[in-house]
Amino acid sequence: MASSTRVTFPNKFLPYLLLAPQLAITAIFFYWPASQAIYQSVLREDPFGLSTQFVGLGNFKRVISDANYVNSLQVTVIFSMATALIAMALALLLAVMADKVIRGKGIYRTLMIWPYAVAPAIAGMLWLFLFNPSMGTLAYLVRSAGYNWDPLLNGDQAMVLVVSAAAWKQISYNFLFFVAGLQSIPKSLIEAAAIDGAGETKRFWTIVFPLLAPTTFFLLVVNTVYAFFDTFGIIHAVTGGGPGKATETLVYKVYNDGFVNLILGDSAAQSVILMIIVIGLTAIQFRYVERKVHYG
Amino acid sequence: MIQNNPIGRLIAHIILIIGILIVAFPIYYTFVASTQSLQEIMHPPLSLLPGSHFWENYSAALFGGVGRIGGVGVDRLLLNTVIMALAIAVGKIVISILSAYAIVFFRFPGRMVFFWLIFITLMLPVEVRILPTYKVMVDLGLIDTYTGLTLPLMASATATLLFRQFFMTIPGELVEAARVDGAGPWRFFKDILLPLSKTNIAALFVILFIYGWTQYLWPLLMTNRNDMTTIVIGLRKMISFADADTEWHLVMVTCILAIVPPILVVVLMQRWFVRGLVETEK
Repeated sequence: MASSTRVTFPNKFLPYLLLAPQLAITAIFFYWPASQAIYQSVLREDPFGLSTQFVGLGNFKRVISDANYVNSLQVTVIFSMATALIAMALALLLAVMADKVIRGKGIYRTLMIWPYAVAPAIAGMLWLFLFNPSMGTLAYLVRSAGYNWDPLLNGDQAMVLVVSAAAWKQISYNFLFFVAGLQSIPKSLIEAAAIDGAGETKRFWTIVFPLLAPTTFFLLVVNTVYAFFDTFGIIHAVTGGGPGKATETLVYKVYNDGFVNLILGDSAAQSVILMIIVIGLTAIQFRYVERKVHYG
Repeated sequence: MIQNNPIGRLIAHIILIIGILIVAFPIYYTFVASTQSLQEIMHPPLSLLPGSHFWENYSAALFGGVGRIGGVGVDRLLLNTVIMALAIAVGKIVISILSAYAIVFFRFPGRMVFFWLIFITLMLPVEVRILPTYKVMVDLGLIDTYTGLTLPLMASATATLLFRQFFMTIPGELVEAARVDGAGPWRFFKDILLPLSKTNIAALFVILFIYGWTQYLWPLLMTNRNDMTTIVIGLRKMISFADADTEWHLVMVTCILAIVPPILVVVLMQRWFVRGLVETEK
């Protein structure tokens, strides 16, 4: 451990004082509520809140065997995969192109990073303005072309709309990372391949793409976390989980069951399941980061 | 020999321009809509050039008050959002730079325990503990207050980890030299550590400002009163497809006003932002 040889200050009391603000906030707003969530997930309360009883893993069993929960799990997986895939593929294409051009790199980057600053919920609304059937210009064009477009009634179309908005917002983030990743690939490698007669497409798939793997993997994790959690605003603002339950993601369901329908035990059990998912994703992310620190 | 391919470069430019059109079009379209009258918006297709109602719409939304959100003007929502974004950015930076300083430059019992306590909060985002957190906030009487909107979001493992990572690259000789010269912990922090951290702080400020500005679930839970909410939540409340009386021209204006300030921050501070984002892995 390199850190044990660090030069430090000998104070006994000061470090606690420095840590106090963060620890206080963490304890009150993170640990206390999280422990409450775990506690409630093993209790069952009657609808009037008059009595509670311990039910062990009962809530979890109910939640997992609930058809609505399975549906929302499927929705989340489809939504996340589609969002991550589209956002990353478009960003990679644009980053490769930006790596090629000589003039205007800075301008392209400036114009490309706008959506990063847009709140997910607003990204959803922007797309809704374009595509809602009553006043959206693009919806009007789609309908004029004879296609029956109504994302407020058709579940698949609603999914297309929220995925588009979610992916659109994430393009800038992925673009910046892919550009940085491409810049770190030694030009000599690519030139050597070119001299050996490898065409542009072949160079990309055999050299550039494999060398980008760490960036791609990192972005895959980040995009999955984004699609799981940060897109709550898009779902809430654009579809409200509907039509039917076609776009009800796991996070939206926790909110809806707990906050709107007030089914506390089930909502808490769902929170705990989400916590386990986050822990898994974070662990994967840090394993990767750790590796990069050592060999990077 | 690879670079010298004008046709390939031309194709690259065309693809980039198409990409930028996709990225910019939804924002441009909303801006155009925000300068048109309600009647024009309700009859698609919309003209692709700005209309003549710019001043009318913007002053109505900013200073007239919007009926659907209880007559609160968008100026009030903007003020709330600026307060929230600034408080979260500054608060997070101060709190996490202090705790990272404690963890890296001091040795004390429980150091690693505290580090892990902070680290684990990464795994407890608001989304996984919505109801109990809401209950804590109600018990503490923090609903509809700026404290409630900002304080709980100030503890951040990411910012602490980032500062820790950076502090560990500072050579021990520097600390030694400072101590030999008689500088105490506070002097060292103020005169050496802070100036060295300037770039990191700038980068983090942009990222956290955007984080605060774009919050959704938190202000949704923490505010009931329309005059205490943020512009993003206010916007959501203004929209209804069920009712015919949604004032779409004001919605478009609010949308643009909600987008422009964070875009300005990102674009103007681009240099630090991009470096901070990519180098620190968020």
